[in-house]
Amino acid sequence: MEPGTLSTFLKRGAIWGFIVVELIFFTVAGEFLSLSDKAFMDLDNMLLLFKQSAPIGIIALGMTIVMINGNIDLSVGATFALSAVILLDCMTWPFFAGLGDWVIPVAWGLALLTGIALGAINGLIVWKTGVDAFIVTLGSMLGYRGLVFMYNGEQPTSHLNWTLVDFAEAQWLGLHTATWFLIVMTAAIWFLMNRTVHGRNAYAVGDNRDAAVNAGIRVGPHIMINFMIIGFLASLSAVVFYSESGSVNPNDGELYELWVITAVVLGGTKLTGGAGSILSTLGGVLAIQLLRKGLGHIGADTETVNLVIGCILIAVLFLDRQLNLKGKEELRV
Amino acid sequence: MSNISGNQMGGFGSLKEEAMTRLSKSSIGGFLARQGILVAFAFFIIGFTIANERFLDPDNIMGVVRSSAILGVMALGVTFVVISGNLDLSVGSMMSFSTIVVLDLHDKIGPTLAIPAMFAMTLCLGAIIGFLVGYLKLNSLIVTLGMLSAIHGLTLTYSGGKNMDISDKEGTWFGVFGQGDLLGIPVPILLFALLAAFLGMVLAKTPFGRKVYAVGGNGVAATFSGIPRARVVFTCYLMSALCVATAGLIQASRSLGSQNTVGQGLELEVLAAVILGGASLLGGSGTIFKTVIGVLILGFIQNGLLLVGLQFYVQYVVTWIIIILAVWLDIAAKRGKLWSQIA
Repeated sequence: MEPGTLSTFLKRGAIWGFIVVELIFFTVAGEFLSLSDKAFMDLDNMLLLFKQSAPIGIIALGMTIVMINGNIDLSVGATFALSAVILLDCMTWPFFAGLGDWVIPVAWGLALLTGIALGAINGLIVWKTGVDAFIVTLGSMLGYRGLVFMYNGEQPTSHLNWTLVDFAEAQWLGLHTATWFLIVMTAAIWFLMNRTVHGRNAYAVGDNRDAAVNAGIRVGPHIMINFMIIGFLASLSAVVFYSESGSVNPNDGELYELWVITAVVLGGTKLTGGAGSILSTLGGVLAIQLLRKGLGHIGADTETVNLVIGCILIAVLFLDRQLNLKGKEELRV
Repeated sequence: MSNISGNQMGGFGSLKEEAMTRLSKSSIGGFLARQGILVAFAFFIIGFTIANERFLDPDNIMGVVRSSAILGVMALGVTFVVISGNLDLSVGSMMSFSTIVVLDLHDKIGPTLAIPAMFAMTLCLGAIIGFLVGYLKLNSLIVTLGMLSAIHGLTLTYSGGKNMDISDKEGTWFGVFGQGDLLGIPVPILLFALLAAFLGMVLAKTPFGRKVYAVGGNGVAATFSGIPRARVVFTCYLMSALCVATAGLIQASRSLGSQNTVGQGLELEVLAAVILGGASLLGGSGTIFKTVIGVLILGFIQNGLLLVGLQFYVQYVVTWIIIILAVWLDIAAKRGKLWSQIA
């Protein structure tokens, strides 16, 4: 075994190990503490878990790319809300009245275009002005939220299309529609990051931007494309979620950015860029959702979830640092 | 300084150097870039005054400053953290925590004891963050993100998810911090001004202040110069917690009752105000005075847009544009070119 293999393996597999520990803990603790007589590992419960992970999970995939790139996107929650508003509102436009159920793909397309456009705006500003992505997206988080409010005031936007609801609630091979979207997007983004030039470039740019420039990568357009991908994924998440619920409040999606970043960091992606894995991000998303459900299952107050997740996040950061320090000649200052 | 270096340079490269110096130091563009935020501020005030003469009414100005005080007090502390090269995203939920705690303790042990107890508890939270970021050298963004979530959970557990109210709202003097007047000036403004003056003094005139800049400017160099980086960062987070506790006190005292989520989302607004004031997220630059300006700009824009008859949310879009422009101009002045060099 090469030196460092074990710690690499530990780091890669850590999040899945954590999920297994969670499963065992909640199954055992559930036997004694739970008020319901259903087991925690019940099939329906697990299927629901995947479905509930989908909205955060889909966005987290995009956040992983952006963070591997060495950037961050705080505006995903607002992008999510604005896409949802567009999705539900454009189905009521008289312009599309004659389309019947064909309005659905049109609405989806418009919502996804909205997300891509919002992402492109972020990316273009980061590229052309050279302002840090944190500041750019902090600003657009406020700005896009303002656009959501300007669209429909403080009123919720509602429209129920039953064909769409049926589609969103359908189960195929046992899995819900939302779960399928999560799986397909995970596979697609995994392919993008591991089997394409764009993916290799993303790691290269995040690892050392100057070296990437010297290697001939056009960093600016590359960054912009990644912001468009995360915008697309944020709006896809909204499309999946609001096809079913049919009503969006202007405050929806608030703090999503924080949940998404938490999941991505739990999955081991570095804020400094250059390292991270799509599958581990999926693990991070599942771990958080499992924790929420599990704590509910054993009868803990929902409040404790925040407390536990916050502490785990810091603990992970600490452990990760300790694992990384080992065996490296780091300048101790 | 620029003259000397210009003369010494001479020969090759001096043209480019001169062009850059000219752009950043002497031209109108350079002036706009350096003082752009003040110019924009003046521009806005003139515009709003023309649109609505009530904008410059002393009562209105007093009202704006008063309602900005809570955000402002928090921004003062975050300025320290940002100058030291770190971030603090936990101030919002920490403010909810201190508000809930002081309201709860008010009925249990009386206001005289509740206030110091609340300050002590909030400072403990600040100390935890300071320990994690300063001494354990963990990434401040993730630590404070985790603390945002953890403190929110702590607040909900503490209050049991219920809103907190003072039972006897008439018979307590506790309201003085949020509603009282002293010499005709509202107490929140006084607290804000006093804290700003004190912290501004600490940052600009004391050895500790210099160390904060040094740690934020170049942490490694500061360490090799014998500056205790960990202790400086730790103290910065304590300052931030102190400011948050004061903000919580004002908030609690103003409404004498509160929801658990009163500070939710404030962390990013605070950060926006600090950045608007010109502090760099990389650390090492920014002043208390500029942060106060940043806070006031946000407050006056919000107020001005309302007076003109626009909804509160238009403010978000305007803030977005202003933040990007402010930071962009600042960076453009430093690199001497408007557009970034990224290919």
